Amino acid sequence: MTVFRALAAVPEAALVLALPPLLLGIIVKTKAWFAGRVGPPWLQPYYDLRKLLRKGAVYSRTTTWVFRAGPVVNLAALLTAATLTPIVSSSSLVGFAGDVILVAYLLALGRMFTVLSAMDTGSSFEGMGASREVTFGTMSEPALFLSLIVLAIATKSLQLSEMVGPQLYGAWHAAGPAILLVVGALLIVLLTETCRVPVDDPATHLELTMIHEVMVLDHSGPDFAFITYGAALKFLLLGSILLHVALPHPGWPLWVDAPLRLVELAVLAAVVGVIESSMARLRLNRVPLLLAGATVLAALAAVLILTGSTS
Amino acid sequence: MDIAAIPSIPPETFASHVVAGRGRGGRLAHLFGRRVSVDTVRLYALLACDSASRFEVCSSDVQRTASGGTSGPAYPSMTPHWPAAQALEREIAEQFGVHPLGHPWLKPLRYHASDDGTPAPWGPFDPARAIPGNCEFYRVEGEEVHEVAVGPVHAGVIEPGHFRFQCHGEEVLHLEIMLGYQHRGAERLLLHPNAARSAIVAETIAGDASIGHATAYCAALEALAGAKVSLRSAAIRGIALELERLANHVGDLGALCTDVAFLPCSAYLGRLRGEYLNLTLEICGNRFGRNLLRPGGVRFDIPAASAERLRKRLEALQRETLEVLDLMFSQSSVLARFEGVGVLTEEQADEIGMVGPAARACGCRRDVRCDHPHGIFQFSHIPIAVETTGDVYARAVVRRLEVQRSLEFLLEWLGNIPSGNTFSRPGAMKPSAMAFGVSETWRGEAMYVAFSDEAGRLAFVKAKDPSIHNWFGLALALRGMAISDFPVCNKSFNLSYAGHDL
Repeated sequence: MTVFRALAAVPEAALVLALPPLLLGIIVKTKAWFAGRVGPPWLQPYYDLRKLLRKGAVYSRTTTWVFRAGPVVNLAALLTAATLTPIVSSSSLVGFAGDVILVAYLLALGRMFTVLSAMDTGSSFEGMGASREVTFGTMSEPALFLSLIVLAIATKSLQLSEMVGPQLYGAWHAAGPAILLVVGALLIVLLTETCRVPVDDPATHLELTMIHEVMVLDHSGPDFAFITYGAALKFLLLGSILLHVALPHPGWPLWVDAPLRLVELAVLAAVVGVIESSMARLRLNRVPLLLAGATVLAALAAVLILTGSTS
Repeated sequence: MDIAAIPSIPPETFASHVVAGRGRGGRLAHLFGRRVSVDTVRLYALLACDSASRFEVCSSDVQRTASGGTSGPAYPSMTPHWPAAQALEREIAEQFGVHPLGHPWLKPLRYHASDDGTPAPWGPFDPARAIPGNCEFYRVEGEEVHEVAVGPVHAGVIEPGHFRFQCHGEEVLHLEIMLGYQHRGAERLLLHPNAARSAIVAETIAGDASIGHATAYCAALEALAGAKVSLRSAAIRGIALELERLANHVGDLGALCTDVAFLPCSAYLGRLRGEYLNLTLEICGNRFGRNLLRPGGVRFDIPAASAERLRKRLEALQRETLEVLDLMFSQSSVLARFEGVGVLTEEQADEIGMVGPAARACGCRRDVRCDHPHGIFQFSHIPIAVETTGDVYARAVVRRLEVQRSLEFLLEWLGNIPSGNTFSRPGAMKPSAMAFGVSETWRGEAMYVAFSDEAGRLAFVKAKDPSIHNWFGLALALRGMAISDFPVCNKSFNLSYAGHDL
């Protein structure tokens, strides 16, 4: 079994690396369908990445090594986190007790370097974006951590692949309401962290309203390819965690498990596309209320599971 | 009107005389200068008394003082008493070097050289720094206050303009708008000896309001010649004007949806805008109505069969448009982005002399089509659409109401275009006369003032796009707002850069 697992890990890793841009393509296609357009080809994000990778990068004279390190560190942190997260199968490539904390901090590290490289440009736009990103980041983190605590209690584990693994299938029966609340909280965290409507609008051209996009205005060429790919990978990571929590599989064999997950990921991307098409973006000063709502959901889940486990 | 009959007031009391007109219910429709001799610049003020459907005009000769010196020609400014004059007085100072004494924020409006090289009050024109934004801006000092500069090159495909925000965190304390990047010298081009060429210039002063500008321009020139257009051409002008209003209002409502990321209406209204433009295309072969209006009438007739086809298409479009607008205005997430954003009070709007839908959204009842009926609007009254809250929502609602009423107007008149000829060349102009024409473009009041010389030739044309009144309103509306709400606020005004820069 372990030999088979080890052999399967290679194509799985390749799949995980290849998948993220496709999810973006699905979101864009869904939105185009709602707008009555044909939309760009499904594989357009791949073409964009190839184009960016072949371009040269432009660096402003005011920037330092921090600016160049930003995209690289961000992508490296996300790739490392991807090895610890179960994505298409129910187990991760690497895993150890307590790795969930590492994953959370790897995400934070990536964010920190993106923000620092934005501040490094000295542009007022990017400073504004950085300030927004950090504000909303600190507000979505409590929701994420509380959700993880609930999962840790429900599965009695601190290893991410176990917390969202087959054990959760049983936990749904024991603590269903709490986990349902966690799903709600994680969905909001997903939309916030991946800069989707109603928090951010990835399609806008208006710098003054942007959050994530305005921070990366000065990046170009391969650096921007890293950032675009990193954003898609982040969507895959957080989306997988959400799916594993919402729809745990009870230890099916890999050939059932993995294809089903792929379908679920595609559906999730389409759902995000539907959300983006059916509502306007929130006013920026209302976003904290949404994130506070996510935190309250997660806190309520924690209360439910704590009282449930003691009684 | 005979030039000699215009009352002349000494420059010392010119400002107080004009400001007194405000007490009689006047609105500063225009204030401009015209050089009449080497030493003399004559200032003209046009007051619109909207409730009485009347215009008042007065003038004042400002002369270079005999003692000369460095001060140059000057007169007491009226801006401190009536802020509506602020941009217009800056324009006079820039064009003729006439100093409005006591103007609180005297700086270039477009940054170009004066007509004869007279130094402007802020110093002579310097070609080395001849970029409009290259000047001092109002600054807020303090810890945690930061400055955000946007433009003149923008992310979208829009016109150039420079916006300087003084911010405290996300809150905008002050916004200063600097335009002038598109100054083309349009007023000089309007004096082209061939009247047909001159009309083309008028149509391009603000390209999306071609019909509105051409309507006002033609009205001014026809008045100068004492000509009257036939009822049929007046009706076709009115139809084209309302089609232009529809296309722009529908397009802007769609753009508002784009700015708040509400996809369905944004895409649908964008398509509908194209449909309305195509109706204008059907009338005259150009989507923006270029070359349709000329002094004397219109160059394209709408035959009965074509009118019927247009009416059928409009009926279908009316259903679609109203449905999409219902969807837009029933979405709470959209309304939450509009309500309470970019608020202007009626007092503010009145004080700075705003016009058009932006003024009506603040509760000011002014609409040239009703206040100073001309052309076809003498026979068909379109009710004034008014809202009171003065925010983005109110501006959107006013536009929605105007869309509905323009559709009703069009359906009525397309089925019933009066008979008559469409074009009769206007006769010779009266010598030494002044005439003006106004029209309600979709942004508000456009005005053309034309003067003829002793020989009955066109001597001077002054153009005005409504944007020059309203840009200051946008700056005021942003005070205390979140900087992230600027785009949606800006779109709700959607002012013309080219129309301001002339």
